[in-house]
Amino acid sequence: MKPNDSQAATVKIVYFARLREVLGKAEEEIVIPDGVSTVGELAAYLRARGDDWAAELGVGKAVRVAVDLDMADVDTPVSEGQEIAFFPPVTGG
Amino acid sequence: MPVRIQNEDFDVSTEIAALREGNPKVGAVASFVGIVRDLNEGDAVASLTLEHYPGMTERSVEKIVAEARDRWDIYDALVIHRVGVLEPLDQIVLVVVSSAHRGESFKACEFLMDYLKTRAPFWKRNRHPMGAAGWTPEQVTMRLPSAGPEHRRVTWARRNHCQLLPTQKANWN
Repeated sequence: MKPNDSQAATVKIVYFARLREVLGKAEEEIVIPDGVSTVGELAAYLRARGDDWAAELGVGKAVRVAVDLDMADVDTPVSEGQEIAFFPPVTGG
Repeated sequence: MPVRIQNEDFDVSTEIAALREGNPKVGAVASFVGIVRDLNEGDAVASLTLEHYPGMTERSVEKIVAEARDRWDIYDALVIHRVGVLEPLDQIVLVVVSSAHRGESFKACEFLMDYLKTRAPFWKRNRHPMGAAGWTPEQVTMRLPSAGPEHRRVTWARRNHCQLLPTQKANWN
């Protein structure tokens, strides 16, 4: 899909806590790239940005993902209009 | 509202009174109040910042309140969790459960609190004395601000087994 295609499928990505600080971003909207249909593939796409992205979202890092407010895993499908959140393990109360 | 995420403090007596108001079947109310301590895993804490995921946090806690209702014979449950900047001695979380008998309230209250500690999307960032702070345990360096008396920073860093770096960061854990 061409990046300037107005019909392009977009998702909103949000980052919390340490991930937001290190990556320097609270949220962004991206066009779902070719070949990305799951959370794992989306993470791989983001890792390809290099540096902190590769380090923070790398294999073995404790990163949790939610899709539309429900906890997800690498096999969870991603599709148009969803909100996908990346965050560290939680530490409540 | 059985689940509230808020910056403001809460009054325990007011919340308990509201939860059981007008219900003569309530024979027991169990409550738990979590307080900010001045120590976290051995490190001194001057303040902490609680962050949540608006929408998801409320939803996940509401789900677990529903599960508590399924598991135990309780009348009502309330969860208040504060977010934002908190200091030692501040109240941070309140769980209140009402039931006919004490056993149900005690069990449901502990169940809800355990979930809040381990599963609900909250993140805690500790700020240490002298404005110092550090990263999560898997990254061992601590970063301290450039301001402040150097010898005190060095002493503090040595005592806390961390490395002095020029920029200020706080640790999420």
